[in-house]
Amino acid sequence: MVEILLRFAIGGVVVSLFAIVGDIFRPKSFAGLFGAAPSIALATLGLTVAHNGKAYAAMEGRSMILGAAAFCMYAALVSWVGMRWKVGALKTTLALMPVWFVVSFGAWMLVRATQ
Amino acid sequence: MIGVRPSALKESKPHEYLMRFIFGGVCTAAAGLIAKKFGPGVGGLFLAFPAIFPASASLIETHEKRRKEEAGLEGTQRGRDAAAVDAAGAALGAIALAAFAGVVWQMLEGRSAVWVIAAATAVWALTAVGAWWLRRTLVHVWARKRRVASAARGVLAKR
Repeated sequence: MVEILLRFAIGGVVVSLFAIVGDIFRPKSFAGLFGAAPSIALATLGLTVAHNGKAYAAMEGRSMILGAAAFCMYAALVSWVGMRWKVGALKTTLALMPVWFVVSFGAWMLVRATQ
Repeated sequence: MIGVRPSALKESKPHEYLMRFIFGGVCTAAAGLIAKKFGPGVGGLFLAFPAIFPASASLIETHEKRRKEEAGLEGTQRGRDAAAVDAAGAALGAIALAAFAGVVWQMLEGRSAVWVIAAATAVWALTAVGAWWLRRTLVHVWARKRRVASAARGVLAKR
């Protein structure tokens, strides 16, 4: 329970800090970079190394590459849909969220199957 | 040009900061629980989960809309465009996120975790800025080519 609370507190602070940095930069396309900052990873990797060891954290890093590729496709699709169909941002981001799950888990299963 | 506008911080209301903190905290705690339940393979995917992306995109849209409407302009469309441009930036940031993960995967074992995480963060920053600069340059070159081609067509049409 203490570990979960610690992750919650550290995660909240790190994610908020990156969001604040993103807020103050201009232009918008540059500020957007901070929307994909390694905030969750920075908040948890230290704890993971301490509790589960470096090999475990390195394995997480390998899977994270697939999650990041899925994030890239998801964000590009959100941008394209937003520009083309002029839909509200919240609707677009939530409606396209399954893209992240399908791409990341699909890629992970593919990698697992080839090993 | 890249610029900094600290006054933008005043546009966010306290509940918006609180919402980001809670979203970030919940997603980080959930990533830990998922890794514990399903192992590092699935847990690692969630280290790159777009945790606060929907909330941030929505805030950007709201702030831009408010700013334009205060200036007496139509704000809805500008707000949506701003969120879409921000998402394009996030797509580039996600490429850098993959580079961060690659450094952690390849370098962590046998080295100081603090140094590897610091190096991975530096790689993220350099890759993100490099990708943004490259995209910006390519967009400018493409736009210039279009302008030149359009001007040439205009000259030919007059003849």
